[in-house]
Amino acid sequence: MRDHLLAVRSEKAPCQTTIAEAIMSSREVGPSNSASPRELTQNPLKKIWMPLPCKNGLPEKHISQRKVCMTNCPTLIVTVGLPARGKTYISKKLTRYLNWIGVPTREFNVGQYRRECVKIYKSFEFFRPDNEEGLKIRQQCASAALNDVRQYLADEGGQVAVFDATNTTRERRQTITAFAEQNGFKVFFVESVCEDPVVIAENIVQVKLGSPDYMNCNTEEAMEDFKKRIECYENSYETLDEVWDRHLSYIKIIDVGRRYLVNQVQDHIQSRIVYYLMNIHITPRSIYLCRHGESDLNVKGCIGGDSGLSPRGREFAKYLGKFIESQDISDLKVWTSQMKRTIQTAEAVSVPYEQWKALNEIDAGVCEEMMYEEIQQHYPLEFALRDQDKYRYRYPKGESYEDLVQRLEPVIMELERQENVLVICHQAVMRCLLAYFLDKTAEELPYLKCPLHTVLKLTPVAYGCKVESIFLNVDAVNTHRDRPENVEVSRMAEEALLTVPAHQ
Amino acid sequence: MTTEQEKIELQQTPLLKIWVPWLGIGGCKISRRRGSSVPQLTNSPTLIVMVGLPARGKTYISKKLTRYLNWIGFPTKVFNLGQYRRDAVQTYKNFEFFRQDNKEAMQIRKACASNALKDICIYFSKENGQVAVFDATNTTRERRVSIVSFAKEKGYKVFFVESICDDPDIIAQNITEVKVSSPDYVNCDKEEALADFLKRIECYKQTYVPLDDEKDRNLSYIKIFDVGSRYLVNRVQDHIQSRIVYYLMNIHVTPRSIYLTRHGESELNLLGRIGGDSGLSPRGHKYAASLGSFLKGQNIKDLKVWTSHMKRTIQTAEHLGVPYEQWKALNEIDAGVCEELTYEEIQEKHPEEFALRDQDKYRYRYPKGESYEDLVHRLEPVIMELERQENVLVVCHQAVMRCLLAYLLDKTSDELPYLKCPLHTVLRLTPVAYGCKMENIFLNVEAVNTHRERPVNVDVTRDPAEALKTIPDHF
Repeated sequence: MRDHLLAVRSEKAPCQTTIAEAIMSSREVGPSNSASPRELTQNPLKKIWMPLPCKNGLPEKHISQRKVCMTNCPTLIVTVGLPARGKTYISKKLTRYLNWIGVPTREFNVGQYRRECVKIYKSFEFFRPDNEEGLKIRQQCASAALNDVRQYLADEGGQVAVFDATNTTRERRQTITAFAEQNGFKVFFVESVCEDPVVIAENIVQVKLGSPDYMNCNTEEAMEDFKKRIECYENSYETLDEVWDRHLSYIKIIDVGRRYLVNQVQDHIQSRIVYYLMNIHITPRSIYLCRHGESDLNVKGCIGGDSGLSPRGREFAKYLGKFIESQDISDLKVWTSQMKRTIQTAEAVSVPYEQWKALNEIDAGVCEEMMYEEIQQHYPLEFALRDQDKYRYRYPKGESYEDLVQRLEPVIMELERQENVLVICHQAVMRCLLAYFLDKTAEELPYLKCPLHTVLKLTPVAYGCKVESIFLNVDAVNTHRDRPENVEVSRMAEEALLTVPAHQ
Repeated sequence: MTTEQEKIELQQTPLLKIWVPWLGIGGCKISRRRGSSVPQLTNSPTLIVMVGLPARGKTYISKKLTRYLNWIGFPTKVFNLGQYRRDAVQTYKNFEFFRQDNKEAMQIRKACASNALKDICIYFSKENGQVAVFDATNTTRERRVSIVSFAKEKGYKVFFVESICDDPDIIAQNITEVKVSSPDYVNCDKEEALADFLKRIECYKQTYVPLDDEKDRNLSYIKIFDVGSRYLVNRVQDHIQSRIVYYLMNIHVTPRSIYLTRHGESELNLLGRIGGDSGLSPRGHKYAASLGSFLKGQNIKDLKVWTSHMKRTIQTAEHLGVPYEQWKALNEIDAGVCEELTYEEIQEKHPEEFALRDQDKYRYRYPKGESYEDLVHRLEPVIMELERQENVLVVCHQAVMRCLLAYLLDKTSDELPYLKCPLHTVLRLTPVAYGCKMENIFLNVEAVNTHRERPVNVDVTRDPAEALKTIPDHF
């Protein structure tokens, strides 16, 4: 996830180190001598089998868990298109997705660099092709951005950089390609082509009018100016060409996804990017996320299991049904997991539902159906490790949040394709989904607040998501356990249990 | 119980372990989509229509796509027009049959197309088909228009797959691989067949109208250029079309081999116990070492090695002396409450579960565990990446290997759980023509047998002895 590479390096004892091991290098395990195969040890945090010997007491650095990006070269994604064609929308969304699935990605918006360089935006004249000074500044900004790209990909462990600019001339694109070649980056172009005046006007209204550039203008002035700005680019616009650019890797998105042209996909990550871009849409809709109603095990303070709803949980289900009805949602799809408690909840909503095994709660392995107190008693080491790195920690014979994210990826993909959806799921699952929509880091994800009996309504707006939280007025236990202060293995039981929420 | 309370009462189906509304006393619940182990994300049947000149890979794509869709759980069938034609016209004389001015032949070909569409109808309405692949040239707009109206009438969605290729080398290669040996040319030598087939292509070229950017802008289709260097995708309508596009964009025709093997014999294998996460037995280590030597001998270019996250596959890979990658998705099937039990113990502790499993081994889900059906879904990203890759060795587990093998060899879900995947054996799969050539290589290190055949009596009421009849020997 974003910037977890810059996460704090823990100074823990060797072979207990968790965060250190989690730091990426996309290296696989090196070869061993076949005559004397290396002994294996199971990493205590991620439960990954890794070969010894330990160097400096630390197990060999290695990414055991299959990472999405199998390429060794970093990838530079380059957007192409006239202003107001959705380049920044696509850049941000793609960046959010890639980070969520575990590919460190960052976007570099040249407009941002320009705003930092030229403090005050006067008018479209800055963008006129004959404005020499303007051109110089814009060139410098692009260079500065590329410099930062290089630093991110080469020095900061980034895997994908999204270079968000118009890049509308072949010349500019050649410069970028040369830059990438020099640095050993793969290049993938994402061009957005759209001539529908309605779509363009809508874009301008949604994201341009509120831009810092037009802070002191009224709507008409801003509209006028921006349209003239677009015109400045139109004359020199050279779209990616089937013949001239046949050796480049790119996707051309035409009319907001009606049509796509895909050329020379080189590797796994580009293939995933194409798949993602082909599944997103901008039709207005809302996604409703909630957990099942309070369950019998919730009441006891036990995690996991497959219990049914408590009386209050059933009450919630009823209110959920009423709430959904009152919202009068067109064509609502309802998804549940395959666990009893989500299905019982869905039964009260009078809409047909689909069961997804992928939405099942995180598997707590040997800790299934235990209370936190019991986990502390039987597995104090595990309990501490979990607090040290809740995202990567894998329960013995169970899963980690990191595993969950991978499991949920097809759900996210389908959510992108759909329109109005209600997802009735579980605490850890909901945290993962929410983190995707709200662009939360791996560190924040496992601590997102997803209380029982609360519906979150997410509505895409501009470049992000509006969140409305609706508590349906049926009391429930709190199941949220904050990270305690002391996460050392050597801590006292009381310190570990300090943040356990109250239960029966 | 009030009807409201009743509504929320659930029971878990014994085989699939799916929670469904309690069926009440003599009650018949309102039928709602309950979903099987997997969400059913399609409603209308989908008609995939191939488009392209002969020898452009249409049948190759049709068969491969069908194999994939069936494997991921969408019942799919190919309807190859050439087959219908061969059934109608018993003997093929020469390319003249395909001449534009051959009125009699035209009539026969039209009738064949009609029959194929009729059969598609039956497949959808009576045989529970979900996707039909209409494998024919469909090179004229006229033909395509009539298919679209046929589909509209019946409520089927249509998705076109057009293959465009003008590279003479590729075309010649195709003809050699699959046309020369076709029943049409059974009495010809290679040159005759090649010459005739090229003339056949000419017959189509004159009237070929590719899908047009403007005129066909309302159709849903993918155009594949030059075996995948470029794609044009237009108006993807739904989930399954999106999956189809993704799949088609990931497959390639570069020659390569896929090697499948299980981990070396494990300690739990020796004890006749299923699941768990044990290490290799001494013989298992020996196998792994032999595997290393075998691979060196094969001199495979750029081999990728994949393992699961379980100790036994990783220990096996460690012997190979090459970098490997661990996939959690390749972990063995989760046997839930039956993990690390012997079959005898399962019979003793969970006799009903044991019987249910024998009744429908593909769909049966262990309590708190998985089914083969779940496994297939878990493995789909592995298959997708296998398609993208070239030479790969997958070191995995019995149930997992059965799933992968079933995909590569087009086995049904009934056959899948009983495919023979013995320890210490490498399967080498090489794509050839429309299928996969398989070589079975036993590396001469003994191991226990872990294959349990379906017993004759699968009834819940059976005697333990009947249940345990087919258990392989163990310590």
